[in-house]
Amino acid sequence: MQERIALTGNEAMALALKQINPDVVAAYPITPATEIVQLFSSYAANGMVKTEFVAVESEHSALSAVLGASAAGARALTATSSQGLAYMFEVLYIAASYRLPLVMPVVNRALSGPINIHGDHSDSMGVRDAGWIQIYAEDTQEAYDNLIQAVRIAEDPAVQLPVMVCIDGFIISHALENLEIMADEKVQEFVGPFTPRRPSLLDLDHPVTVGPLALFDYYMEIKRGQAEAMRKAKPVIKEVGQEYGRWSGRKYSFLEPYQLAEAEIAVVVLSSTAGTTRVVVDELRQQGIRAGLLKPRVYRPFPQQEIKAALGHLKAIAVLDRADSFDGFGGPLYKDIRAALYEVPDRPRIINYIFGLGGRDVGLDDIRSVYDDLAQVAAGEAPEFSIRYLGVREEAL
Amino acid sequence: MSKLLPWREVPSAGWLEEKGNAEEYETGDWRTIKPIWLKEHCIQCLRCFVYCPDSAITAENGRVTGVDYKHCKGCGICAHECPSKPKALEMVAESADEL
Repeated sequence: MQERIALTGNEAMALALKQINPDVVAAYPITPATEIVQLFSSYAANGMVKTEFVAVESEHSALSAVLGASAAGARALTATSSQGLAYMFEVLYIAASYRLPLVMPVVNRALSGPINIHGDHSDSMGVRDAGWIQIYAEDTQEAYDNLIQAVRIAEDPAVQLPVMVCIDGFIISHALENLEIMADEKVQEFVGPFTPRRPSLLDLDHPVTVGPLALFDYYMEIKRGQAEAMRKAKPVIKEVGQEYGRWSGRKYSFLEPYQLAEAEIAVVVLSSTAGTTRVVVDELRQQGIRAGLLKPRVYRPFPQQEIKAALGHLKAIAVLDRADSFDGFGGPLYKDIRAALYEVPDRPRIINYIFGLGGRDVGLDDIRSVYDDLAQVAAGEAPEFSIRYLGVREEAL
Repeated sequence: MSKLLPWREVPSAGWLEEKGNAEEYETGDWRTIKPIWLKEHCIQCLRCFVYCPDSAITAENGRVTGVDYKHCKGCGICAHECPSKPKALEMVAESADEL
């Protein structure tokens, strides 16, 4: 029996955290993620969770504290955003390398500078190769569902990797939406008890060294093992998504296609902008234009085969990146999608837009203009291009 | 770790389950200066044994017997702490032929 209530993205994440009831949460506030741990700290203070809440002095310390707690055998979580994630940079790589099943909501926000508090993907895209699993949510329902699934994915014995659960800053974190929530005991049942890798880190009869030095003798073998864990995460993500579907009625996988099978042109976009795009797809379908949408949910591990299968038949694709690589080539999602389609014999034409930086609003007209461009590219009336900035002011002609 | 393991056999994340394996990592070739133990000056106070950060002062039956050059990094703490006059530990330049 599920209850239907209205919550903001942050409230939904805080509720999921409460229902997961982890052993340790260490966190430092940062807009727009603050509310998640602020709400959670009151759950802890009011005895609604068994969690040891550690108020630390920085994000570097927050992630270090949960890393230590996890290595010692605790289910440990934190949450952050933007500069906080950037400040965690070195610890992110260590957590993944130590194979610690941490879970961390990341409320996507632009990186400085110029200083900005609003939503874009430059923070999590900046750490896309840190070895963390990355899952992106479109709305509050997915934020809630992804966070609960992330615990199971991270802790699977074949995976043992940390997971970021990303939501768009303000657009989702602060917007009120209806969602279905589970009873506390159902969430507990789904995530199950935490099985630490070792019964106790402080067992004098069975001591262990965590994070030993590994130079040219062992560094590469340990990294190879880490890469294998990310590969093994793929079937686990799929399995957990299906099980969650049987349990909640909401099934999840790597990608969410919309009107894609019969489409000729499509937009590929992460997170909340997929909702705006879906509205435009409906309009275009009414006009008889074969438009579609692909929303990748899982970005790391990168679902290359699934993307190839989902997009290979199209005439033209527009990849929308809410982060720039500043490399003169294209955004991170564009380059990955483009590479995934390399093996398709009669590959679709691919164009790339950078959009929504620093929370710049993207409306229906912006998305309509993308499909207009796509129609021309598909018809061979316009060339393929990379890096067009959507919604940036140009001088009047 | 004399035999290098293939990647599938390396413990996950390199976590080591064996105890006291730091002994297997020889750090003696890090030295640029080395301590020489002068038995005739040694008053057997064991300060060097206590202060050595690498457990590289060897002792038997409560008495200093010398320096473990496989592990001594040449930090000089032993010679600095030695209270005997003249000192029973002297730092001298490391030379290739003595290694």
